[in-house]
Amino acid sequence: MTDIATMPQPVSFGRRLKRFMADRPLIPLIVLLIILVVILQILRPGIVNERWIANTAKFAIPLAILAGCQTMTMLTGGIDLSVGTVATMSAFIMATQIVNQDPAVAFLLAMLPAVLIGLVNGIGVGVFRVHPLIMTLGTSLIGTGFLQVYQRTVIASGARIPDFLNWLGTGLTYGFPNALLLFVPVAVLIVFVLNRTGFGRLLYAVGDNERAARLSGVRYWQVITALYVLSSLLAGITGLLYIGLIKAPSLSLAEPLVLPSVAAAVIGGTSIFGGRGGYTGTIIGALILTVLTTLLTILQMPEGGRRILFGFIVLFVTAAYLRIIEDR
Amino acid sequence: MSRFLRNQGWVAGLFALLIFLFVVTKLIQPGYGSGDFGSLARAVLPYAFAVAAQTVVVIAGGIDLSVAAMMALTSVTAASMMNGASEEYALFVVPFVLAMGLVLGALNGVLIVVTRVPDIVVTLAMLFVLQGAALLVLGAPGGAAAEWLKASVIGTVPIPGLPDWADAWVPKALVLLAVCLCIVWIPLRRSRLGLSIYAIGSNELAAFRSGVPVARTRIVAYALSGLFAALGGLSLTISTGIGAPIPGPYLLASVAAVVLGGVALGGGKGGLPGPIIAVFVLRLVRTDLTLLAIDPNVTAIIEGAIMVAVVMFGAFITMRSRPAGATP
Repeated sequence: MTDIATMPQPVSFGRRLKRFMADRPLIPLIVLLIILVVILQILRPGIVNERWIANTAKFAIPLAILAGCQTMTMLTGGIDLSVGTVATMSAFIMATQIVNQDPAVAFLLAMLPAVLIGLVNGIGVGVFRVHPLIMTLGTSLIGTGFLQVYQRTVIASGARIPDFLNWLGTGLTYGFPNALLLFVPVAVLIVFVLNRTGFGRLLYAVGDNERAARLSGVRYWQVITALYVLSSLLAGITGLLYIGLIKAPSLSLAEPLVLPSVAAAVIGGTSIFGGRGGYTGTIIGALILTVLTTLLTILQMPEGGRRILFGFIVLFVTAAYLRIIEDR
Repeated sequence: MSRFLRNQGWVAGLFALLIFLFVVTKLIQPGYGSGDFGSLARAVLPYAFAVAAQTVVVIAGGIDLSVAAMMALTSVTAASMMNGASEEYALFVVPFVLAMGLVLGALNGVLIVVTRVPDIVVTLAMLFVLQGAALLVLGAPGGAAAEWLKASVIGTVPIPGLPDWADAWVPKALVLLAVCLCIVWIPLRRSRLGLSIYAIGSNELAAFRSGVPVARTRIVAYALSGLFAALGGLSLTISTGIGAPIPGPYLLASVAAVVLGGVALGGGKGGLPGPIIAVFVLRLVRTDLTLLAIDPNVTAIIEGAIMVAVVMFGAFITMRSRPAGATP
């Protein structure tokens, strides 16, 4: 096998394809997205129109922001499974507190659990070195417990969705979803932080080689704590946006988004082992999953089948990326 | 030798803690008697099997995130197969479900070995897949369990030569648990295979170089984990009489009990008795909280916090026992 490397040989198509995919991961993703849209158009001629695109964007945006949380935590080799609970808590607290409180106060109250959970996650992962998966799963269990206790204290006062969130979640302006007003700054911020700031570089450094990062003076626990608080805050804001879209506060509001958010980040080319990936791919990943969900709904695949498919997608894509990286 | 003493010391200390908790329980509720002990044993049953499933894999140096989902799938499969079927049919259902757990567990192992994707990602993907499959089998809680199976965990085992008051303290559920665990664990512990499982957990490279079939051993470890998880799922169906497709909090509980039971999360250390005693400790804490008339939702929060604290402590210990900079 060793002489192949030394002799100049025509590179096989498969190898070239692999290298191409590794160098420009966005192009195959966009191609996949277009293929899915075309299949949808073939199955239901005429479904792809302006309204459908706006609608798809509306549902893809909360998913894309949560997938942003996963992207950033995955860059350090972590994962944040508490985003679903955090988003649900923020949404539920906002919807119930707005009844008696000033909107600003309600907003702050809604963000409080997000910050707390993020802080506990960060300390658990950064200081005590618990595996992020176990840690965030644990805090999400605790968060759900708190939410159940809280729910009983507000049964009498009822809940209402603030008009502003309604407008943000479902409204359209000139055919564009208003949610873009929130999403574009968030996306620009995430991309900017990851690519242009020291913090972003630290995330890549920690994920790529934690030991080297520590030895070169990175304060690991501070980076990780800041990261998980940021991730939780984003999840909380997503919760507010999502309740404007779904319009029914419940105790499992954002829970169904957790698994797709992991899948979106993985499909978008972010390595679950850390150090590799970016947010642009994740956004396309979220779009792909939203279109795929529409497709599966049209094909009448039940929720269970969808979960099975998402699970296999995560496994398959991770295995494929491993092969591509090994080849280089 | 000193490690052996330390490990046994840990288990002995844990046992002392358990006795202490029983004394506390008796002080809180002077009427705590054999009947309550029986219901404790029944409540422990699914947790204990989940913990056994996690223990085998953790000793082999891995982690199985799909335990709770596997239990949900096996539970709904058993419940829907026994629904409306004759009592004798259950004689076929039990081995079928156990075989299913064994095969699905082995599938976990095969996927880890073949794709070379880390166990945490593979079992996470399998968690999604199994959850989806459980939803496909049974969309909502339902199904049934055979009467003789339900009777097998209720009541006590009469032991000849023992007075009645002592008999009352030997609940069937406890005997069932002990028999199931011993049938699998004792032969395993004494066999070459058991030694191999400890070997790959303690140092995979060293094990490989000493001729241990690493891949095969890993697959067997996951298969055994699947078998225990299937036992857990069956016990869920038996004790509740139905199957529920949504996994319970068994994943976090299993990891917490494994850590509390003195099995290092790095692998290669500990045994089954420690985690099983640990699971009794965790359940008894819950009983005590309930006896103190604390709101069940608050109990859930306290329990979650205890489990997270235990896992944090365990990660801290693991980190201390390893060279600085190495990831736990």
